[in-house]
Amino acid sequence: MNAARQALGKLWVLALLLCWVWPVAAGVEYRDFKQPEQEQAYQNLINELRCLVCQNQTIADSNADLAKDLRRQVYEMLQQGKSQAEVVAFMTERYGDFVLYKPAFNLKTGLLWLGPALFLFIGLVTLLIVIRRKKSLVKPALSTAQQTRLNAILEKGEQD
Amino acid sequence: MLKYLLPFILFVVLAVFLAVGLKLNPKEIPSPLIDKPAPAFALPVLAGPEKVLKQSDLLGQVWLLNVWASWCISCRDEHPLLLQLAKLQLAPLVGLNYKDESAAANHWLEKHGNPYQINVMDADGRTGIDYGVYGVPETFVIDKRGIIRYKHIGPVNPGDLEKIFLPLIQQLQAEAA
Repeated sequence: MNAARQALGKLWVLALLLCWVWPVAAGVEYRDFKQPEQEQAYQNLINELRCLVCQNQTIADSNADLAKDLRRQVYEMLQQGKSQAEVVAFMTERYGDFVLYKPAFNLKTGLLWLGPALFLFIGLVTLLIVIRRKKSLVKPALSTAQQTRLNAILEKGEQD
Repeated sequence: MLKYLLPFILFVVLAVFLAVGLKLNPKEIPSPLIDKPAPAFALPVLAGPEKVLKQSDLLGQVWLLNVWASWCISCRDEHPLLLQLAKLQLAPLVGLNYKDESAAANHWLEKHGNPYQINVMDADGRTGIDYGVYGVPETFVIDKRGIIRYKHIGPVNPGDLEKIFLPLIQQLQAEAA
């Protein structure tokens, strides 16, 4: 009985361990950084830049050749002491705002950023208009005389 | 009246947006390099790697830069058209042999024919990054002042050649250097 329980316990631990799978990242090249800030910058950048071949992946996630090259480019630029902003500028000069998962707010991307808020606003206004219209359609159910009588009844209790 | 017309108008607007959206190709990303100077390069020539071709060597003429590789399948699709374009001798066609091996590239040219006036090797893809290359083949049209005027992503088809490339090359040839 005890042995069976132990075996079951082990099985349970194994099952839990199997659940513990790290998300497999493709950006696995070994990179040597002198400062932890640089490594952080590298991670930030490769998770923010889009792989243009496989458009729904970042260059950190993608195994495409271009993603590898772009990771190398980011690494080299950081090693040369370039800032994150400089790397982002380098990439957008060549590939456009599309290369960024979070494009800067400008005239071209304005609609992209404000679109959702705009649609929410339109929805709310429509909702408000509809509610108001519905409200104005509801006529008072009781005439004034009936209302005073109702109040009287409510105050004194039913008398008829 | 408005009660019925408004939803109808909204529907039409939505339908137009969706129809246009269907026609757009998400793989074609507008290049920020249009109307900017072609990025500089100095790359070994495929036919003789001891020689180097610079972007500045090509100033003063309209030229085309075609990014290709022997491993690129769709490059084969556009290859006959490039041969056709080369025959017209309108403008020099420069090949950027992208992330390829010179032996494989030379063999490919022998087998399929060589439309390029000259080929340069971008073995590690750095010039490719400078030109914003992400989908080989790509073709750039560069004017006499060294400005990129057009970028074509993916294989060139006969319609593109006739409707886009040839008129543009002629137009740019007419411009002053």
